[in-house]
Amino acid sequence: MATELGENPVAPVVLDVRDLSVSYGKVEALRGINLSIRKGEIVTVIGPNGAGKTTLLSALMGLLPAKGDISYLGEHQGTDRQVEHLVRHGMTLVPERRELFGEMSVEDNLLLGAFDRYRAGHRDHLETMDQVYDIFPRLLERREQMAGTLSGGERQMLAMGRALVAKPKLLMLDEPSLGLAPLIIKEIFRTIAALTKTGVAILLVEQNARAALHVSDRAYVLETGEISLEGPSKELARDPRVIESYLGLGHRH
Amino acid sequence: MRNRLLLGAFLAALALGPLVLPEFTITLLNYIGLYAMVALGLVLLTGVGGLTSFGQAAFVGIGAYTTAYLTTVHGVSPWLTLPAALAITAAVALFLGFITLRMGGHYLPLGTIAWGISLYFLFGNVDFLGGYTGITGIPALSLLGLEVKSGREFYYLIWAMLLLLVLTTRNLLDSREGRAIRALKGGSLMAEAMGVNTPRAKIIVFTVAALYACLSGWLYAHLQRFVNPTPFSLSQGIEFLFMVVVGGAGHVWGAILGAGVITILKQWLQDWLPRLLGQSGNFEVIVFGLLMILVLHRAREGLWPLLLRLFPAQATRPRVAEAEPLARRTLPDNGSVLLEVNNATKRFGGLVANDDMSLTVRAGEVMALIGPNGAGKTTMFNAISGISPVSSGEVRFLGERVEGLTARDIARRGMSRTFQHVRLLPAMSVLENVAIGAHLRGRRNFLHAACRTERKEEACLLHEAALQIERCGLAEHMYEAAGSLPLGKQRIVEIARALAADPCLLLLDEPAAGLRYLEKKALGELLRRLRHEGMGILLVEHDMDFVMGLADRVVVMEFGQKLAEGLPEEVQRNPAVLEAYLGGVDEHDGY
Amino acid sequence: MDLQIVLLLGQDGITSGAIYALLALALVLVFAVTRVIFIPQGEFVAFGALTLSSLQAGKLPGTLWLLIGLGAAVAFADISWALRHHKMRRVPLILFYNCGVPILLAGYLLAVSPATLPQPVQVALTLAMVVPIGAMIYRLAYQPIAEASVLMLLIVSVAVHVALIGLGLLFFGAEGSRTTPFTDMSFQIGDAVLQGQTVLVVVASLVLIVALYFYFERTIYGKALRATAMNRTGARLMGISANLAGRLSFMLAALIGAFSGVLIAPITTIYYDSGFLIGLKGFVGAIIGGLASYPIAAAGAILVGLLESFSSFYASAFKEVIVFTLIIPVLLWRSLTSRHVEEEE
Repeated sequence: MATELGENPVAPVVLDVRDLSVSYGKVEALRGINLSIRKGEIVTVIGPNGAGKTTLLSALMGLLPAKGDISYLGEHQGTDRQVEHLVRHGMTLVPERRELFGEMSVEDNLLLGAFDRYRAGHRDHLETMDQVYDIFPRLLERREQMAGTLSGGERQMLAMGRALVAKPKLLMLDEPSLGLAPLIIKEIFRTIAALTKTGVAILLVEQNARAALHVSDRAYVLETGEISLEGPSKELARDPRVIESYLGLGHRH
Repeated sequence: MRNRLLLGAFLAALALGPLVLPEFTITLLNYIGLYAMVALGLVLLTGVGGLTSFGQAAFVGIGAYTTAYLTTVHGVSPWLTLPAALAITAAVALFLGFITLRMGGHYLPLGTIAWGISLYFLFGNVDFLGGYTGITGIPALSLLGLEVKSGREFYYLIWAMLLLLVLTTRNLLDSREGRAIRALKGGSLMAEAMGVNTPRAKIIVFTVAALYACLSGWLYAHLQRFVNPTPFSLSQGIEFLFMVVVGGAGHVWGAILGAGVITILKQWLQDWLPRLLGQSGNFEVIVFGLLMILVLHRAREGLWPLLLRLFPAQATRPRVAEAEPLARRTLPDNGSVLLEVNNATKRFGGLVANDDMSLTVRAGEVMALIGPNGAGKTTMFNAISGISPVSSGEVRFLGERVEGLTARDIARRGMSRTFQHVRLLPAMSVLENVAIGAHLRGRRNFLHAACRTERKEEACLLHEAALQIERCGLAEHMYEAAGSLPLGKQRIVEIARALAADPCLLLLDEPAAGLRYLEKKALGELLRRLRHEGMGILLVEHDMDFVMGLADRVVVMEFGQKLAEGLPEEVQRNPAVLEAYLGGVDEHDGY
Repeated sequence: MDLQIVLLLGQDGITSGAIYALLALALVLVFAVTRVIFIPQGEFVAFGALTLSSLQAGKLPGTLWLLIGLGAAVAFADISWALRHHKMRRVPLILFYNCGVPILLAGYLLAVSPATLPQPVQVALTLAMVVPIGAMIYRLAYQPIAEASVLMLLIVSVAVHVALIGLGLLFFGAEGSRTTPFTDMSFQIGDAVLQGQTVLVVVASLVLIVALYFYFERTIYGKALRATAMNRTGARLMGISANLAGRLSFMLAALIGAFSGVLIAPITTIYYDSGFLIGLKGFVGAIIGGLASYPIAAAGAILVGLLESFSSFYASAFKEVIVFTLIIPVLLWRSLTSRHVEEEE
């Protein structure tokens, strides 16, 4: 059982997925996925391009219809999961394409991260925005700038910051290192590691296997729509089958 | 067979109707016929081409007013006014099409709303067209020396012409240019890459639809013997669109069904609603509006497909006959350079997607382009194939610079591609989808198609498509709808379509994604065979087993730049490549 | 033509231009947020004007019945949704907003004699009746097919337009009407007379535009609407649902339409079908702005107003022809400057 491998087996399970499958028309993109995340844990899903990592996150976030058992915060969820409902309950996704509001300032982008909490009657967005500025001082410098003019690294920070303003219980990150220079990647991963102190559970989808395995507690390897390996990240980091799944060194023709 | 019987029964009923039906019904049927002509044009435009117009009534008006004016003021024979009316209509349609069709799909309908209103007020305010009172005393038509005067006589004329139009429309759609037109809805990008001039195809459907409306107007003027602006207003134009949506925008018979339903319903509602509401007025529009919303919510394809469900049709897709093979391109010598990309850079705003990229592909080799997500591989593909040209640098194909050419001009020179996200027309058969690939190998246009004088060429094109389908091992699926195939097979259909263009360079964007093991093996075999025949292949692929087993040379991209190049084994051992794929964080440093 | 006529025509042109500008802004807003080309925009102008004039004539306006009917339909749709999703807690709220409020409004109108109410109260009642209709129409006609193509949504718009025209005839009859002017002041500038009502229209339009600007720039809901227009997926991930954004933008469009109708009702005779042409002139402005730029759309709309007023002087019969033919050079220019191969949805 995956959950028994966690760092802290007593922390409550935030997300538990059993036998999840997703199809595009007749094509099954994901099959029989089982995974779980506990509070304060970083779990990573690594795997080569096209394995279905982004599909997995989209399905969890309710952007794609999926079959299987999903319970979130101990609540079993029906088949038509709605993004708005999940956002209201603290699930956030930082998508691969970032999806920022390009013609709005950094500050307004962050503010909209608090939209749903504001609508639900909370008025603490200014404080949480300040906390985000503490985490990413660069965003404070760029506060008035339009999001569309930011560099790749700053965009990723803004996307993460915008998700944090929502005070998430589960933060899902899709390829946060995508297209970023090594130094920025370090900074981003350092931040991800530090975030767990707040108790948020993090599901990290990465192609950058080394960094992801280093920062995470547990990992799943996704290959052509199925989980082929799972275990504590430290063990997987030494497993030759991980490299094989990426570069195809196993088969010589 | 049963459907033929039904059609025969329908035609017989049409032919015998006037012998038994009362005058009132004949008049109603005449109007249905005239409206169905306009609706038929809209089926072509909306249901098939994915465009729409609210201004068809204005084209009907041009047909009616041209003949009304020329026959009453200048005494021109009615049969001579028809070509004049058609010419004016074509000129207006070409102009409107030219200015709106190159932009987003909604500019045409907005343009036609404005045009419909302008023309209505113009008809009403120009003195020589009789202002709002209109023109009276339009002569009757004479056919072979007989005057067509009574409603019953006109009935035969209208319905014969309508059936002729239905036949020509069906012929037109079942042809080389017809496939191009059918690709407009949801397949413009693919069609351009296969060499289809999509703006031209759009202008053709819009003009043909306008001409049908004009013919209807010309007949209307001679049936009524009187015209005024009212029947050519925008609201009538909107009603034509309602007919098509209710009847079934995707089917030629939907036009007739829709014209019938709306016309009869209108008649009935105009009788009943004012009595029911105790006021006089055109209250039927309330019902029409609600009906439309209901149809669009519940039965988006209209009523005709619902009717078809009662009479399930047997597959009557075109069969392939033996035909002469098409001429083939002589492939360049093995080993000669086909494609040369030099220092290509592509910027999107501030983002550099391709930075100073160079690569070559030779005849008879498989070159693989690999790299992590977001490395800029698909951007490179789009730059080479002309879909999104480079910002700087050069692309040479067969020695000629092509970076400034459109996708269809590059396709014409012998480069053919597949897409990462399969772009097939799901409702069309595999055969027809592949035949789109052979578009540039035919010459006959839509006029030939309408008169069926292109059957020989069409047979050759379909034969060629069938050959490529067999070559790719999909013969058993030839007549199935492309959308019903599993994704893996759809990818192979994409390759067959690219091959139907008879290319010397094949660009394949992730051809093995979603394929099962055996399918991948078969694909590998096919590509090896093509390489052996002298084709150059440039391949973007993530499946490393597949790439490393097949490619002659590999180029690795990262951050839009070339990271490494060489033989598969060399690349696999390259530490920079390993780092690019697995991530470059140094573990000793804490990160 | 002397200066006095120029001033008079200019004054007329700017007055109608201001109204067209408001409508153009609403059209751009609705299109950007929902991809709906909102052909029925003009019907809200007519409904606003005619509802006010019904109130002033001491009649119960037909829009009230429309509000009650649509409200019941929305309640039915929402409650059946809530039943299917086990969200029974929402039912009282759904009933209150969609059925309760309209019935309270009806009760109030039956209890008082609307003709004797002060004018601002009449205006407020008019807006209270017409504005929710916008959101209800979104809920019933567009929300179920919000993911459809622009073309499909456009056809729905035309269907809604046609149905509303028919209802307008049913509610208000074929005769046109005017309302009592808000002011009978006038100013003398040289030889020309500046009508107070005209000034009021321009000033009120400006105030509404500034208010809208603040709404979009300073409030979180306004920003959420802009965010939806910029990036639908991004907005959804922030919990800004497409339904919420759609209802909000339609409500704003209805507010702008009804408000415009109230403004011009004293200076123009409005018939049940007058709204369509007025709305389309807003459209010409919006198209000049490429359905995307608010300032260009507003400037274009003022140009349309001026063109209309001057052409009605020179060639009054061809006024509409000239205004709608203006769209041709605009489209030509846009077409020649755009180099965009569009892939239809």
